[in-house]
Amino acid sequence: MKKIISLLTVTILLVCALTGCGGNKEAVATDGSTSMNKVIGALGEAFEVDTGITVTYNATGSGAGIQAVQEGRCDIGLASRNLKDEEKANGLEGTILAYDGIAIIVNPNNPVSDLDVETIAKIYTGEIKNWKEVGGNDAEIVLIGREAGSGTRDGFESITDTEDKCKYRQELTSTGDVITTVGSNPGAIGYASLASVKDTVKALTVGGVVASEETIKDGSYVVQRPFVLVTKKDATLSESAQKFFDYITSEAANKIISGAGVVPAN
Amino acid sequence: MKRNRLFENIVHGIFLILGLITVGCVLLITVYLIISGIPAIKEIGLFNFLFGKEWASTAAEPKYGILPFILTSVYGTAGAILIGVPIGFFAAVYLSKVANKKVRAVIEAAVNLLAGIPSVVYGLVGMLVLVPVIREIFNVPDGASLFAAIIVLAIMILPNIIKVSITALDAVPKEYEDASLALGATPTETFFKVSVPAAKSGIAAAVVLGVGRAIGEAMAVMMVAGNVANMPSLFESVRFLTTAVASEMAYSSPGSLQRNALFSIALVLFLFIMLINATLNFFLKRDKEK
Repeated sequence: MKKIISLLTVTILLVCALTGCGGNKEAVATDGSTSMNKVIGALGEAFEVDTGITVTYNATGSGAGIQAVQEGRCDIGLASRNLKDEEKANGLEGTILAYDGIAIIVNPNNPVSDLDVETIAKIYTGEIKNWKEVGGNDAEIVLIGREAGSGTRDGFESITDTEDKCKYRQELTSTGDVITTVGSNPGAIGYASLASVKDTVKALTVGGVVASEETIKDGSYVVQRPFVLVTKKDATLSESAQKFFDYITSEAANKIISGAGVVPAN
Repeated sequence: MKRNRLFENIVHGIFLILGLITVGCVLLITVYLIISGIPAIKEIGLFNFLFGKEWASTAAEPKYGILPFILTSVYGTAGAILIGVPIGFFAAVYLSKVANKKVRAVIEAAVNLLAGIPSVVYGLVGMLVLVPVIREIFNVPDGASLFAAIIVLAIMILPNIIKVSITALDAVPKEYEDASLALGATPTETFFKVSVPAAKSGIAAAVVLGVGRAIGEAMAVMMVAGNVANMPSLFESVRFLTTAVASEMAYSSPGSLQRNALFSIALVLFLFIMLINATLNFFLKRDKEK
């Protein structure tokens, strides 16, 4: 009896180990921003179907991704922010793949329709607690956000500079939940990627600018950030990495990029 | 004859293997949980982990205290039991002893249907109906709260409690009740002084089963509880042990302290469930020995 159990366990573990490291000859290694998980995942999948080359993605964060390119540990680094000058001086080059636009949403019955970034930050850090302070009804502001680790939350908090300071009333695990909740609570405010905003909620203008693909692309809508592909300026990419780079920056990839909820840059 | 024996042996062997699959799964899960749950507890420190009041896994200075989750799970389950058990218990007494056959058939069918509704549906209805209603009635800014979770859980555990209690009450020998009635007790006296005490082990098992279902539920409570790691309070947003694991697992990177801490939470939850199971076995065993 004991023998059988141990035998079974060993077999299962062996099978797991073997499938875990299935050998692939050609692979493109990407490393970086956790927020780009969805878009790189979708692109990588489509690329693999077309060419048979696998794309690996290591979610470490923008800073770690940039460092990995610098040290040659991956082919393409992924950053959800523009490169800093000193990073450019170190011989790195950034190519914008897409823009991640985040809509600030409220209940359709809320009279407030415009806020600026500073006010949004004050609302989310709990400095402004009532809608009447920003010209709305006398009602407590209910802050709806996403769970820790979510790309949208990370994006929103880094743009509004409210990292780890947001006093959420609810942390929901999907964009759909955020929209549903904001749609059903007159005092709620939330954020969601622009592509998924529906009629059940009202997207605020930020500093007077309506969130749309155009305003995000030209930079006038400020609650957005670029998804940047980081490469070394003087080194050439491996053949498969170059193929992947060309593929994802081509127009053909735009549909997949839009499908992942972000605005393609090319 | 010989071929028959061989066939019997083969079937016997197949059944043994099928039986062992379950045992294997339990062992695998237990071992895996312990192996992946221990490192984070070691790193954070058992006391800091279990009794830390703050959870901020992705902050610049991460904090991994799960006391809010433990208390929320305990309070939430207790609240669900407090509401669900009386309703379920009296419903079971009614169905088993008082209701006529037709009424019983209809209500039992409804109870079975309730048991079959997926938890995400409970969550959805809770989110769209219960949460706004709580906001209106209690005049709080947002209805997603421990209270909403308790209501949803109470409804979810009802079928378990009713079904197991009915089975226990049905099993009470009719002679007991007849004797009681013959001695001049009214039917109500008979139900509560004879039938229920005779079935008390089964009813206790029903309650424990309800506790198990409530403490292990994730999806439905995730949609109505708000999921902020606050210390529990009835009308505040709270996070359960289950939802703590479920909501952060998707984004935590493998091998990170965050991911390991989530496994540690799962381990704590697992120990809770083990404890509940042991209690259940205790009641069921006592029932059998009688």
